[in-house]
Amino acid sequence: MSQSYDRGLVEDFGRWRDFSAGMWAWVFHKFTGWVLIGYLFTHIAVLSTAIPAAGGDPSIYTNTLQGLEDLLVVRFLEVGLLAVAVFHILNGIRLLFVDLGVGLTAQDKSFYASLVLTGAIVVASIPTFLVGQL
Amino acid sequence: MSTQIQEQESEQEEQQQGESVPAQQQRRMDQKRERAADEERQRERVESSLDDEDTRTLKVFRYDPEVEGKKDPRFDEFVVPFRKGMTVLDALMWARDHYDSSLTFRHSCRQAICGSDALFVNGSQRLGCKTQLADLQNPVRIEPLPHQEVVKDLVVDMQHFYDQMDAVQPYFNDDDVPDGLEEQRQTRENREKIKMSTRCIWCGACMSSCNIAAGDNEYLGPAAINKAYRFAMDDREGEAMKQERLEILEQENGVWRCQTQFSCTEVCPKDIPLTDHIQELKREAVKNNLKFW
Ligand code: HEM
Ligand code: SF4
Ligand code: FES
Repeated sequence: MSQSYDRGLVEDFGRWRDFSAGMWAWVFHKFTGWVLIGYLFTHIAVLSTAIPAAGGDPSIYTNTLQGLEDLLVVRFLEVGLLAVAVFHILNGIRLLFVDLGVGLTAQDKSFYASLVLTGAIVVASIPTFLVGQL
Repeated sequence: MSTQIQEQESEQEEQQQGESVPAQQQRRMDQKRERAADEERQRERVESSLDDEDTRTLKVFRYDPEVEGKKDPRFDEFVVPFRKGMTVLDALMWARDHYDSSLTFRHSCRQAICGSDALFVNGSQRLGCKTQLADLQNPVRIEPLPHQEVVKDLVVDMQHFYDQMDAVQPYFNDDDVPDGLEEQRQTRENREKIKMSTRCIWCGACMSSCNIAAGDNEYLGPAAINKAYRFAMDDREGEAMKQERLEILEQENGVWRCQTQFSCTEVCPKDIPLTDHIQELKREAVKNNLKFW
């Protein structure tokens, strides 16, 4: 057999430009799943240290949350979190159907539908999340 | 199209007796330069003869580890005349016959049945003989299949793929043949069920498109799992053999590696619903292990 060489981009995710719907769905699902885990831990860390039982004064919870909500970046992160969660849920439902062998020929369409629906829900949520900040 | 064009220049090495070594070297270098110039002239001749024709440009991956100066992968451009109905394979053959006879690629049947010319064309795995040039954006970029070692130009080493196909024991077991039977019948319904899975031509396009197989060389891959499906779902397969097959599929590198990216299903030139079959085998594997009754 002849020697080989490193074909670089063709051999790995460098060919992402040629990815099709299902491949993107997989990349996004991994990404959003792990972002949600990351959020879960941050969420627990923040809340568990911001309660009176953690040793602060009684108003610490309210102050912490108000302080956070006053930050524009937090409001944007909330929109981002919603986007991530909605996509993960919708694509998760899509994946459950895929596991059941239902509608496999429409897998690309259902991925696009998840994306569009996620976009719509995120846009609709913007007034709620950003009100009073912009 | 595959008939060889007559070589214009004859390349006899007339051995001159008593010539000194540097002189020989000098002569060889001269000849080499001459050949290169000849090739260039040939290329210009062919290209100018195409001036008033409808043409397409191929950008073909070239690599030859055995020839000095071709060890570094590069892309060669070939301008070929376009005719209605012309496939990527036709274009490659034309380029080989008119520009560079060292251009190497596998092909045989030219009708999508031998499985030897799966290529990476414009960023997707396709059979050269089943892909119309008319459907592709110009210039057409032709590379060997990703995730396999390149032997030369467009030829990849398929051995690992064949090994994976063999790993699922793609055959019936003798024990499954009932005694005293002249033919072993299959119902029409069962034939329909496995019909698509029998169409595989071992081209390897699916395996090459799979991100998971790329990262984990041990993963059986779509074609091998589909092959297992073809037998496991066949009514004529005996209980013991089916059990053995399911055990192969259930292991670490079997069906559970599939992440339902559908890339295999999209590239398969025989339109086999690969993901569909893998998913069904996943459910079969679960049913096989979970028994509440
Ligand atoms: C209704 C809500 C949800 C649904 C329907 C859902 C659905 C799914 C499904 C079907 C998978 C498997 C994907 C596959 O087959 O490869 C998955 C993976 C995952 N989910 Fe969710 N999920 C939900 C909520 C969450 C939440 C709240 C979190 C985090 C706290 C989360 C984190 C993850 C992670 C980390 C993975 C694995 C990603 C990977 O493959 O590495 N999910 N989800
Ligand atoms: S399943 Fe399809 S893509 Fe894969 S080897 Fe067989 S014919 Fe080729
Ligand atoms: S040449 Fe046989 S499949 Fe293309």
